[in-house]
Order: sequence, then C-alpha cells, then structure tokens
Amino acid sequence: MLCGSVLILARMLTITQALYDRIVAHARADHPDEACGVIAGPAGSGRPERFVPMLNAARSPTFYEFDSTDLLALYREMDDRDEEPVVIYHSHTATEAYPSRTDVSYAGEPGAHYVLVSTADTDGGGPFQFRSFRIVDGEITEEDVRVVPSS
Amino acid sequence: MAIEVRIPTILRTYTDGQKAVEGGGATIDELFKDLETRHPGIRERLVDEAGELRRFVNVYLNDEDVRFLGGIATELGDGDSVTILPAVAGGAA
Repeated sequence: MLCGSVLILARMLTITQALYDRIVAHARADHPDEACGVIAGPAGSGRPERFVPMLNAARSPTFYEFDSTDLLALYREMDDRDEEPVVIYHSHTATEAYPSRTDVSYAGEPGAHYVLVSTADTDGGGPFQFRSFRIVDGEITEEDVRVVPSS
Repeated sequence: MAIEVRIPTILRTYTDGQKAVEGGGATIDELFKDLETRHPGIRERLVDEAGELRRFVNVYLNDEDVRFLGGIATELGDGDSVTILPAVAGGAA
C-alpha cells in the first residue's frame, strides 16, 4: 500500500517472527521454571530489536527475578546504546499468561510491553498463550500482538 | 558531600524528568532523606514504613547492590555514585 505516514497504534505490540520465536524457545527451554528477559530497542522508538534473555535468579516455577548484578549491567548497557526495555517478558508455567498480583506489584517500567507466555500446555494445561500488556500504576491493559515477518 | 544519584524512569516524575540528581549524606538513609527535601514523595517509593529499603527497588553503591553491603545504613563517601533501579521480578505466585 502506498502510504506516506505510519499509523501508530497505542495499544499494540509489533514484534518480528524471529523475536517472537526466541521468547517461545526460551520459555520452552526453561520449563517448568519461569523464563524471563528483555527485548531492548532504540529509546523512544517503541521498536523491540535486541533480544536479551536473562537468568531467572529465583530458578522457580512460580517466581522470576533478574539477578541484581545482571540488572545493573543490563541497564548500563542499554544506557550506553541509547536503548530502553521495549519488551519485558516472562513465562507462567502452570497458569494462564495474564499478569498476577505479584507481576503488577513489581511492574516498574510504565513504558514497557509486558509479554507473558504460558507453557502450561506442556503438561496438558490448555493452549500455548502469548499475550502482551501495559501495566501502569497498578492497572493492567491488554494489547494486541502483531507478528510481522523478520526483515 | 556530593553524591550522584541515577534515577529510573518510573521515579523521574519526582525529579522533573532528570535522569540524575545530586544529593548528600553519610549513608543511603541520609541521602534519601536529603533527596526528599528537594524531591518530595520520592523517599516513600524507596523506603518502607519500617525504614528499610523496599523490596521492589534495587539500590547500588557504585557497582554493588547495597543489600550485600550495609543495606540502608551503607556508608557513602564523596564522589560515590548511587543507582536506583526497579527490580524486574514477578511470577505466577
């Protein structure tokens, strides 16, 4: 379509197939523990580009936490590259891909897309889910996920 | 005593959008009380009712998480740099 301007939709995550697949693969690999990580992108662009899987320091099926030293290194690196965490992802391994009360209480990046996947299907617990949310001031807003071909 | 304090996005509403501010104090506790005088409301986001660091924030003195040093009583020196970051955590529990 010949179109001069790009329509920015506020409530949508646009992600390449390759990055989508990497999140799914990470969640599958770490099941039954929760997997977590970030996709960084140029500050202000809202474009997830650089996949950064993180270690779940809690190594737990019901909790995740970035190791505090890794967290500082990650933020310094993003700062140096003029990036921000566009996507913060983690998996739920026995429940649906919807932010828990714990997720909401910890959500400290109002500008990020919080992606949740559920690997509960591994143990026969319903279909695989990949969903995205904004979590701002304790309020959850689900948004559409648009997967585009990798360039 | 000048300490540079790096402020995360979520707390920049208290610092007029500034990424870093200066503060003073001999400990993290004093530093946060000093910040509160110029950035009202910020201390409550960092420290709980019992006077301890909130679980949801990580505070670093230079490269070290202060939880592995002296916590909120960690001593500061001139030229030190303090970084505040929201913990990235959660989960189904």
